[in-house]
Amino acid sequence: MTTLTTTVARRPRWRDYGRPRELVVRYLLLLFVLAITVGPLIWQFLASLKGVNEDVFGRNASLLPHHPTLRAYREVFGQVPVDTYITNSLIVVVLSVTSQLLFSTTAGYMLSKPAWKGRRAVWVLLIASMMFPFESIMVSLFLSIHDLGLVDNLVGVWLPGFVGAINVMLMRGAFLAVPREIEDSAMLDGAGEWQRFRYLYLPSAWGAIMVVTINTFISAWDDFLWPLIVLRSDSHFTLTLGLARLQSSSFGYDQRVVMAGSVISVVPVLVLFAITQRWFYRGVASGAVKF
Amino acid sequence: MSTQIVKPVSGPGTADSPAAPGAAPGPLARLGRALRPGPEPGANGAALYRRWWLPWLWTAPAVVCAAVFGVFPFLNTMLLSFTNAKPLGGAAGFVGFSNYTRMFGDSDFWLATRNSLLYALIVVPLMVLLPLLLAVLVEKKLPGIGFFRSAFYTPVLASSVVVGLSWQWLLADQGLVNTWLEKAHVIKEAIPFLSDSWLILLSAMGLTLWKGLGWYMVFYLAALGNVPQELHEAASMDGAGAVRRFWHITVPGVKQAMMLVGTLTGIGSLRVFTEVYMLGGPTGGPGGADRTLPFYIRDVGLDPITGNAGYGSAVSVALFVMTLGLTLLAQRLTKEDES
Repeated sequence: MTTLTTTVARRPRWRDYGRPRELVVRYLLLLFVLAITVGPLIWQFLASLKGVNEDVFGRNASLLPHHPTLRAYREVFGQVPVDTYITNSLIVVVLSVTSQLLFSTTAGYMLSKPAWKGRRAVWVLLIASMMFPFESIMVSLFLSIHDLGLVDNLVGVWLPGFVGAINVMLMRGAFLAVPREIEDSAMLDGAGEWQRFRYLYLPSAWGAIMVVTINTFISAWDDFLWPLIVLRSDSHFTLTLGLARLQSSSFGYDQRVVMAGSVISVVPVLVLFAITQRWFYRGVASGAVKF
Repeated sequence: MSTQIVKPVSGPGTADSPAAPGAAPGPLARLGRALRPGPEPGANGAALYRRWWLPWLWTAPAVVCAAVFGVFPFLNTMLLSFTNAKPLGGAAGFVGFSNYTRMFGDSDFWLATRNSLLYALIVVPLMVLLPLLLAVLVEKKLPGIGFFRSAFYTPVLASSVVVGLSWQWLLADQGLVNTWLEKAHVIKEAIPFLSDSWLILLSAMGLTLWKGLGWYMVFYLAALGNVPQELHEAASMDGAGAVRRFWHITVPGVKQAMMLVGTLTGIGSLRVFTEVYMLGGPTGGPGGADRTLPFYIRDVGLDPITGNAGYGSAVSVALFVMTLGLTLLAQRLTKEDES
């Protein structure tokens, strides 16, 4: 064995990472930040597991639930309209992700192609549309949605963001990375525009597609201000609206159930992020360079 | 599927002009070719085989969305700011500059402006610095560092409403923070985080910082990759401590990223709404004392009964001007920095 270790790359030991004192300080700092960043969310999760007889607040409240129960979660899906809220949120998310993916890829593809009449105009328009913060145009947007008869309608929540300029640019950047020679040879083999797009460009832009998907999912799932403006009736509320309403409207409401609802609202995003993490970090990094 | 059998528009080798091969095309043919939307110089083979309207068809949804829900609303907002339009429709009359004169004399508008600017003033420096420190902390590849990086990112993924609820429970009079402080005998009475207007504003800022920390950490991690490791090694050979290396090597190395983060968070601060709504309640603090500009726009412009979309638009224009001013300022600072 001793002879082998000299030839085979050995596993790094703790000593290789730096002086012990520095290491201890680093890990203590990391744990401290961990407690601050994830602590509140963990606490929320633990509190949602408490039974009716256990205090959530006050001096007698303990951190850990003594008798963990899923009662609050059953409640969420039983009596509270949280399942309606979730369905509504999912409708908006599915609409948004579908339209964003479809239209940002086609537009990004064409904008990655050189020299067609009007390309510059399209480009300028897309840039211009990103200049105005949503909050400074929301009054006018609401009037448009009202004129279209989409107030208190989930379509009205989805419509203004059915394709975003930033995603078009992200897709364009990814398509530009495809070597021109490959496209030329595909064309010589008789592949038409659609075939080249579908079988050459889309598969090679997988990373950007994932980034667009998760960005759209998160922003649609987490959005609050616009749904708050558009939606009026409880049965059309998205999850974020519903949670805020549950919390503020009747303060005597069972806090554990609201906590369970908010845990439910975080889980899909966490799962999606865990799956797509690899592409996501890369996307953020490349986005930082390009825009 | 018709796209697959597109004929060449004016490709080489097609019978484009009636002139014999080899002969120079006549003036009429040249004019015809110039008018035709053919390929431009620099086009590859594919462009020759693409009908002129095809790119427009493929980009149409993005163009429509950008025009109808991006550029038009802005122009419309400018226009509306000179009217007394109602949020739920009805006749709108031209009122000249009266919305703007009303705005300049409106103490609530100035309060919202103060809150928004204060927000930017406090959040921007902290948001430029804290995530950078965090990025430096997680930059070194240690066992388990991937877990820490992902964990620090979770507040970014949770919606503002969820983290708002979480903070609401933490900061309530009976909440965790007050209970612990009381148990440790630091305070005798609960700190009114959620009922004092200043504390609400500060708590909302804390919430913004807390939620943005992970996002800008990732941003800085990408930038830190470009700082040469040799500089750090050389400096520590010369006996420079961690603090000095941070200020003299890391900070200059990521200066551009810091500028960008400053700009982004500055604009973001002017857009704050949900944090104040969650911690200060639907009124935006006691008597609306914590309302930010977006909050005020929604209150005066979009209330179905008392709302005045014209006045709301005037405030919207003010918000846009502030955003623009901030962007230009940042650009100027960046330029000065480069020269």
